[in-house]
Amino acid sequence: MLDAGEVSSVALTESVWARIDAVEPKIRAYLAMDREGALRQAEQADSKRKSGPCGPLCGVPVAIKDVLCTTSMPTTCGSRILEHFVAPYDATVVTRLSQAGTVLLGKLAMDEFAMGSTSENCAFQVPHNPWKLGYVAGGSSGGSAAAVAADECFASLGSDTGGSIRQPASLCGTVGMKPTYGRVSRYGLVAFASSLDQVGPLTKDVRDCALMMNAICGHDPLDSTSIDCPVPDFTAALQEGLKGVRIGIPTEYFGQGLDPEVNRAVRNGIAMLKEAGAEIVEVTLPHTDYCVAVYYLIAPAEASSNLARFDGVRYGFRDRSADSLVEMYNRSRSQGFGDEVKRRILIGTYALSSGYYDAFYKKASQVRTLIKEDFARAFAACDLMVSPVTPTPAWKIGDKADDPLALYLSDILTLSANLAGIPGMSVPCGFNSEGLPIGMQLQAAHFQEDILLRAAYNLEQRAGVAGKKPVIA
Amino acid sequence: MKITREEVLHVAKLARLELTGEEVDRMTGQLDAILSYVAKLEELDTTGVSVTTHTQQVVNAFREDEVRPSLPRERALANGPEQNGETFVVPRVIG
Repeated sequence: MLDAGEVSSVALTESVWARIDAVEPKIRAYLAMDREGALRQAEQADSKRKSGPCGPLCGVPVAIKDVLCTTSMPTTCGSRILEHFVAPYDATVVTRLSQAGTVLLGKLAMDEFAMGSTSENCAFQVPHNPWKLGYVAGGSSGGSAAAVAADECFASLGSDTGGSIRQPASLCGTVGMKPTYGRVSRYGLVAFASSLDQVGPLTKDVRDCALMMNAICGHDPLDSTSIDCPVPDFTAALQEGLKGVRIGIPTEYFGQGLDPEVNRAVRNGIAMLKEAGAEIVEVTLPHTDYCVAVYYLIAPAEASSNLARFDGVRYGFRDRSADSLVEMYNRSRSQGFGDEVKRRILIGTYALSSGYYDAFYKKASQVRTLIKEDFARAFAACDLMVSPVTPTPAWKIGDKADDPLALYLSDILTLSANLAGIPGMSVPCGFNSEGLPIGMQLQAAHFQEDILLRAAYNLEQRAGVAGKKPVIA
Repeated sequence: MKITREEVLHVAKLARLELTGEEVDRMTGQLDAILSYVAKLEELDTTGVSVTTHTQQVVNAFREDEVRPSLPRERALANGPEQNGETFVVPRVIG
């Protein structure tokens, strides 16, 4: 429509603000908005479009998770300790989106420092699931999923350290992609667990996901773990039919604790992929049962080191009552961080501390190798794997808030992709009897995002879920 | 018990966190549950298995050692809770 001149970016952006004004008091996805900046970017996009052809994202209103640095708005990471922090530079993905001509509406709610599976650990507000208010939007990129599902933006960016894009995408009925580790620059992404973190898009459909991937992927000299590998045009993967594609079903992902309605929806999805021409094979990932243990040692270990920088000296909250440096560190951190962040810093510090390093951190890093090898073996037998994203659909806000371990266990199906560094995706495949969305997870070998998009596109064509909207009341 | 109250206090000190008595009690219980769970890794024999700290083959990313523009001082200092225009200011270090 933008291309055909039927609508201007300014008009489009204004319509999104009207939508935000109407539903945001209920959804609570935005931590910050930039109306003036967005209008200016929309005007620029319109004049660019008038003066010649421009990319498909030019003039499209988007929003990003508040873990990505922006100079135009604060970057809080959902934490009191960064409440008033304004970054001195933009994240590379922010620059890339701006170069693609997108209009940046605002910053989205998240679990504090991306630690959580519900966004309830956000220090400022808890986003609601647009499909059922009072239910979690998932996490940690809960605001990113809720805003897309509620039509408060056309697409968003999230970050995924153990499922934080795929899980909220699944619970909110949007498409979400965690790219291969190294595919997208982490420069300007506030670090949680550096060997696991990756930025990716949440979108309304698979085509939009491919367009966002085109915009954000690619080598960045400012991120030393960014990989210099050719980036295809991901929209080329949106082809009808899956003839010759081998889809693996990992037995371990359909185990105990899987909600029967989730099982049914995902099995239906698998039948649709078969209809599209795919060959279905059983595969096995024998170390799946150890993923949660490995992840909840490695991620907190890396986090405890990364979060040492928040000390009240260079940025963020400082307790002013302390009269010595160490006391100032202790008090600033203790008042600035929330419960979950403190818990993970403690686990991580313990796992890395003298006398425990071999038994915990080293052991977990060895089992991580075994998990990675499981995937290598499985991908010798299939081109991609499909499974549920989460064992259950969304639950009530507050329901699992008191038992951290129970919540960690619900991440079992998404953690291993981060441990192995492979790409993973969530695509809507159905609803449960309460009308809550259910997603299907697709995982492939390193740098095979195009096969994920192709399978996801075929599922979307057949599942009849895309285009369904929540009634927000 | 996998972890005691005293160990939690010790780890908190290493991590520069000051916990209230109530927090220490709660965290001890929660960390104990988590550490008891992760102990399942002991079931696996990992003798001779190499560690994975990075999932991709990565070599050091070097660049030419040439002077480039860097963050101007005022912008680097802008978020400091206390600064004097030249440096960050902190409470006394030596008592």
